[in-house]
Amino acid sequence: MNHPDESTCGDKADIISTVEFNHTGELLATGDKGGRVVIFQREQESKNQVHRRGEYNVYSTFQSHEPEFDYLKSLEIEEKINKIRWLPQQNAAYFLLSTNDKTVKLWKVSERDKRPEGYNLKDEEGRLRDPATITTLRVPVLRPMDLMVEATPRRVFANAHTYHINSISVNSDYETYMSADDLRINLWNFEITNQSFNIVDIKPANMEELTEVITAAEFHPHHCNTFVYSSSKGTIRLCDMRASALCDRHTKFFEEPEDPSNRSFFSEIISSISDVKFSHSGRYIMTRDYLTVKVWDLNMENRPIETYQVHDYLRSKLCSLYENDCIFDKFECVWNGSDSVIMTGSYNNFFRMFDRNTKRDVTLEASRENSKPRAILKPRKVCVGGKRRKDEISVDSLDFSKKILHTAWHPSENIIAVAATNNLYIFQDKVN
Amino acid sequence: MLSKGLKRKREEEEKEPLAVNAWWLDPGHPAVAQAPPAVASNSLFDLSVLKLHHSLQQSEPDLRHLVLVVNTLRRIQASMAPTAALPPVPSPPAAPSVTDNLLASSDAALSASMASLLEDLSHIEGLSQAPQPLADEGPPGRTIGGAPPSLGALDLLGPATGCLLDDGLEGLFEDIDTSMYDSELWAPASEGLKPGPEDGPGKEEAPELDEAELDYLMDVLVGTQALERPPGPGR
Repeated sequence: MNHPDESTCGDKADIISTVEFNHTGELLATGDKGGRVVIFQREQESKNQVHRRGEYNVYSTFQSHEPEFDYLKSLEIEEKINKIRWLPQQNAAYFLLSTNDKTVKLWKVSERDKRPEGYNLKDEEGRLRDPATITTLRVPVLRPMDLMVEATPRRVFANAHTYHINSISVNSDYETYMSADDLRINLWNFEITNQSFNIVDIKPANMEELTEVITAAEFHPHHCNTFVYSSSKGTIRLCDMRASALCDRHTKFFEEPEDPSNRSFFSEIISSISDVKFSHSGRYIMTRDYLTVKVWDLNMENRPIETYQVHDYLRSKLCSLYENDCIFDKFECVWNGSDSVIMTGSYNNFFRMFDRNTKRDVTLEASRENSKPRAILKPRKVCVGGKRRKDEISVDSLDFSKKILHTAWHPSENIIAVAATNNLYIFQDKVN
Repeated sequence: MLSKGLKRKREEEEKEPLAVNAWWLDPGHPAVAQAPPAVASNSLFDLSVLKLHHSLQQSEPDLRHLVLVVNTLRRIQASMAPTAALPPVPSPPAAPSVTDNLLASSDAALSASMASLLEDLSHIEGLSQAPQPLADEGPPGRTIGGAPPSLGALDLLGPATGCLLDDGLEGLFEDIDTSMYDSELWAPASEGLKPGPEDGPGKEEAPELDEAELDYLMDVLVGTQALERPPGPGR
């Protein structure tokens, strides 16, 4: 199923910058460069419309962040939404965190589909009635109205980050969350907006000594005291907040030794981790660097247990990719619900899936030209040299401006969301 | 793949330093045509310096990008002159307090640190030609080409420090006679700048700058200014 978001109008503000399913998969949120959040809701299954099962339709749209101007530094703070994270649902309303470079906001999204009618003291237009005219007493009844979904900002967590926020992560205690920028990680309580606790600070006393930045961070899905953060040098640190207030000393340190046969001037850049994700089980972490996805066992720090090549044919093109800055692109990676398949994006609107059990992988393309709604996606192949088969694409023909940086996987079903620049694609397993 | 530890003299930099086929340098190549316009340079070093320059020119540099480019530059530098003893990096005196007063902590300190790194680079023997100006590069109308060879890296100190001091700079040097230096380096401060180690700090703009910090900044600017001077009576 191909479910594009809106028409490609070339407007940079529509570029999707984050995609995230909520914990049940009923809702899918996207954030874009223009600071907007669009939430899609899955249609209820109905006997009458079997083939419309599970389509996602727009549920709510709101402006989360606006561009701001920092007068002290004389620079503009982008409204681009870097990350969205949902809170688990605790009542009828939905809550999500959205963040730009500097400010995190907690949004409440709630429905209104009924309204009371038949007031005693007010008439239908809301005007007060003269009490002397009221001779009977009736009980107001709730009558259905057109569904109205409203989003209200409930908390604004500001002024805690000097550098650019790259990650937010909700703790399994559901009372706290963390936000990470290039050099620091802060812990927040949802109820308190005017202060946060700094739990990681890697800023050197002398900025001349700066050689490494934080690139991503995430809480363990079950252990509320444990989190990981990744760095631009390809390392992952696991920290335990029970050990000390400031988690500058890690509990575990994950790093793979450099392969001497692959060393180049670009080794560090391509080792920079762009995303880190715990498996749903909490036993593994997955990291994405420029050319690979790696799965690590939390109990083994010296090397990953699995390494998957995303687009190794780019290894010989690194200089060109350095020149045009593509080598700095930050791809995300996701687990499926059972942790058996992992997915990540690539160039030319390609995205890749790796089955950890069968060791099979597939390359698919998210583009309107190549797939019609409800058509089955055809696997793609990149030809690295020599004879190119009919359906293959040669490395030199890849479009590096079409990058799939953000993808999401439904928590329990085989439904995926893929953001291709300013289009959103939702794919699901073929219905038998 | 690039080979590590290749010791080349800077003068031989004209040769393609990369071991892979240079398909991306072929302008007729479809993949190259797709790439955005690139500087016409054979040197990875020049490219990295250019990227650093460009990154520092941003009002709020992307720290990750900056750190990765700097680290890559250090690797390249180390492979080019592995035995050259780098001069000790001069640490900007009380740079953190400078930043606290002028800008938020990151920018100025980082710019100062990058400035000192670039000062390092200027000591490397036989720096390459100054990078050719890009179409989308820097302040318009600013020419780099034709400058003395060591301009390449030190020249980059200019904008970096310019970002560093930003508004504070104008006040700092408003009483300096700048007629000697017809410099476009500080585009907003059109009166230009004149070196003068004895010139007092601009107390109005940055009341808490101490003399040591200013001396350091002055040295940086003096160094830059000397190179910017058009050929003529030499120094």
